[in-house]
Amino acid sequence: MAKHSQEMPQETLLKVSTIDVFHGSFQALWDVSLAVKPGEIVALIGANASGKSTLLDTISGLMHPSKGSIEFEGKNITTLDPFQIVALGISQVPEGRRIFPDLTVLDNLIIGSYNRKARSKREQNLERVYEHFPILKERKNQLAKTLSGGEQQMLAIGRGLMSDPKLMLLDEMSLGLAPIVLNELYKALREIRERGITILFVEQNVRRSLGEADRAYIMEAGRVVLSGDVADLREEEEVKKAYFGV
Amino acid sequence: MTGLADLSTPLMMGILLGGLYTLIALGLSLVFGVMKLINVAHGDLVILASYFGYTALTVLGIDPVLSLVVGIPLLFVIGLGIQRFLLNRAFRISMEAPLIIAFGISLIIQNFAQIVWTPMSRGLTTSYALESFRVGALHVPLVYLLDFIAALVVMLFLREFLRRTYLGKAINAASQDERAAKLMGINTTRVYMFTFAIAMAFAAIAGVFLGLTFPFVPTSGVSFLIIAFGVVILGGLGSIVGTFVGGMVFGLAQTFGGYFFGVTAQLLVAYVMVLVILGIRPQGIFGR
Repeated sequence: MAKHSQEMPQETLLKVSTIDVFHGSFQALWDVSLAVKPGEIVALIGANASGKSTLLDTISGLMHPSKGSIEFEGKNITTLDPFQIVALGISQVPEGRRIFPDLTVLDNLIIGSYNRKARSKREQNLERVYEHFPILKERKNQLAKTLSGGEQQMLAIGRGLMSDPKLMLLDEMSLGLAPIVLNELYKALREIRERGITILFVEQNVRRSLGEADRAYIMEAGRVVLSGDVADLREEEEVKKAYFGV
Repeated sequence: MTGLADLSTPLMMGILLGGLYTLIALGLSLVFGVMKLINVAHGDLVILASYFGYTALTVLGIDPVLSLVVGIPLLFVIGLGIQRFLLNRAFRISMEAPLIIAFGISLIIQNFAQIVWTPMSRGLTTSYALESFRVGALHVPLVYLLDFIAALVVMLFLREFLRRTYLGKAINAASQDERAAKLMGINTTRVYMFTFAIAMAFAAIAGVFLGLTFPFVPTSGVSFLIIAFGVVILGGLGSIVGTFVGGMVFGLAQTFGGYFFGVTAQLLVAYVMVLVILGIRPQGIFGR
């Protein structure tokens, strides 16, 4: 069976080109470039404060670069508002899940399909989310704040799927979750990729993320220091030393 | 004249008055809960609506409640405008800027009202404004009952709107987590615009019923703002039921305060009650 990455078309889905991003007067990203091709799972790895979340937030439109550009499906999205970027097909599952605690599970999912294009496919997408995460169907009338950490993460991912995205960004999905729960989540991510949704996820856990991704970018202090196919990265001396203590 | 019948008057009046206070406070509560903005112009906007009702009645001979058919859309659109062109820009400047803008609006309205309608005390004296009916041994002013019913209707409308419509759910979501709401594809600028407009529509209704119940002058807005503020923080931010209960408590505190300590002590007792309850439970009765 040919590897997934060999079958995909060569055009880029998301292209980030040499962006600088500032938090006030503090520069969070320096000359960052990144590309994601359709159907890939790409990992963005790095320690705390390396700029990974800032990069995701900038792609989502919550922040804007002072230099450089971001293109999605060939369209320049650099200065767009977050709701416009969701409408174009990029969905973010934020760090810390950030589900709406006082809404039910079902209402959380419904809110995910708020943008007009996704509304017509709401029931369809809802069924798909329930297929990935049956527990959400069971708990659909419960208030979201009563769910366990793992279930809230599933809800957050499900909510992200409801906007009918082409690209899903996941920020630190594994924070505070047990390995058993993580296995389920990564399995769901693979299923989501099988359906044709491209995935870019941020992780601190290097080993796990290299195991799940096709390609990876490694960030340090706001810059991309290393990138490439996961197989190649594993062999890189620097990666071995820094992250595997070899 | 038994003791029980004596107490039933302030009890009944307090509850009904609480209805009016809830009606006035709902718009303030909505804006505060969703946009985290204390709209210090709220009281004045309510009084402005009272004046519109007054004009409808005295100049056009239209019943003020009926005039809401025009009054509600009118204030709704004004609300859209205020949020879109003034407050929205102010939010981008700083946290305090919207507060200052609201204060400015408050001053403008007060002075506008003073010029157009003079400082003379006005009231919406319709044919039924002075009627009352008997419930057992009690005389209940009709308008107090109408206030209460109006409050229930508006509350029910708001609850169903927030629960069932996409915009309502979006407003709810944005009030819980603005950042996450944006990531859901919610245009928070538009959501806030409609939130403020809805609050203005509520102010329109509150203004008419206030005018039917009490006389008012251009500066009445301030007194009612303070009462509304007390009701909102008493009931807890972000809770419709809380605002209602807050209104009840405030109304009852006022009427019983007046009953036991005399008319001049009414509001004092009510405010002391607010302090006491906040001292025990700072987030308000139903606060999150």
